[in-house]
Amino acid sequence: MRQRKIIPGVDAKLLIKDAAKLMPDRTRRGFLRGAASLGALAFLTGCDIIDGDTAEGVLRKISAFNDGAQAVLFSRTKLAPEFPESALTRPFPFNAYYEEDEAPEVDANDYLFEVTGLVDNKKSWTLDELHALPEVSQITRHVCVEGWSAIGSWQGASLADFLKRIGADTSAKYVWFKCAEGYSNTIDMPTALHPQTQMSFKFDHKVLPRAYGFPMKIRIPTKLGFKNPKYVVAMEVTNTDKGGYWEDQGYNWFSGL
Amino acid sequence: MTVDIIPNRPDVAIHPDVAIHPRWVRVCHWINAIAIFVMIGSGWQVYNASPLFHSLQFSKHIALGEWLGGALLWHFAAMWVLVINGIVYVTLGIVSGRFRRKLLPIYPSEVVADAKAALTLRLSHDDLMHYNAVQKLLYAGVMVTGILIVLSGLSIWKPVQFQELATLFGGYDFARYVHFVCMLAIVGFLIVHVALALVVPKSLRAIIGGR
Repeated sequence: MRQRKIIPGVDAKLLIKDAAKLMPDRTRRGFLRGAASLGALAFLTGCDIIDGDTAEGVLRKISAFNDGAQAVLFSRTKLAPEFPESALTRPFPFNAYYEEDEAPEVDANDYLFEVTGLVDNKKSWTLDELHALPEVSQITRHVCVEGWSAIGSWQGASLADFLKRIGADTSAKYVWFKCAEGYSNTIDMPTALHPQTQMSFKFDHKVLPRAYGFPMKIRIPTKLGFKNPKYVVAMEVTNTDKGGYWEDQGYNWFSGL
Repeated sequence: MTVDIIPNRPDVAIHPDVAIHPRWVRVCHWINAIAIFVMIGSGWQVYNASPLFHSLQFSKHIALGEWLGGALLWHFAAMWVLVINGIVYVTLGIVSGRFRRKLLPIYPSEVVADAKAALTLRLSHDDLMHYNAVQKLLYAGVMVTGILIVLSGLSIWKPVQFQELATLFGGYDFARYVHFVCMLAIVGFLIVHVALALVVPKSLRAIIGGR
């Protein structure tokens, strides 16, 4: 009878499946193949790099280290450059992992912004209540993880002020945002408290169109675009990193600019 | 431990004990070779996500990481190797006086004369201890390009925290072009560099074993 070598308590097939789950479907195999060709070059000699999940594990650890390095580089007071109206990118691009006509359609009348976690006041907010908050404005550069950038104009409420208003525990580590279509992001508290981090209700002084995230986008000019959630319906102040749509698939978690 | 002493006599055979490249140069060279290979391969994949020139895309077969997320993981891992190794190399090169002895001075007239000799295949490679003027220019040039590609890369990675640096490179969008052109220059250098190492195999032996 043939027997395969196994490590007690570890199902190799399940282990590989779990590791591969971290990647989007069509890219999994290729990513591992990329790792294998590097292995052929004897990069990281001694490591079992041909085994794709080992390579990915090492890269993910370095990415976590990079989160820490970026947190150190992040300045709570340094502002993202602001631009004149004339610098606006027109039309400002729509960008998501789905087509524009698949973007969520949020009903303004039913909308409630849920606030949970480490806050004193967990009341939900209607759109009218949110619009009544003191308005701040910015014209800043949106930088996409893909490399392109576009300059946009956003108006809304300061997230730092809102967190104070609801009695959030600002010594908590994270703020998590949930979006209407299931998208999500977790950001670090220092970024949440940055003076330019904004709960945006308007683009270019007009109510956010559906394409740009109606009814609320979290505009963070110190983070890559994918860390600026749109169609935001809930927020949690937490000490648990709840990850995010792209972060869980391999984009760097901090992704600071 | 080998000591880097430039003999007045160019004939290496008279000084069999002196390494053409001291150990630190060889170690830094090969670490850099791996790092630059990963940086360029993953950089091509990152470029493909939003090409600067629509007619130019890099083949999936030569780009590293398979998708943008994978490529970025490689790029931001290898950057530490590239930068730390680069700082060690440049510091030792300056402090030891090797850069000054080996690469300076560079006279344009000599560069022109040596370039002509090289193109007519009359340039001697008998003495590996001394660089000809074209070599000096290329090695100094690729080092300056290396510094520029790191600084423009920092401008793209951190256009808010390092916004002064990004401004120096003409802003975020222009820094991407600088980063790209530096990559082209390094790839161009590598083609010549590797081709000549294969034409003069003893130079390859020297960068591996020292002699």
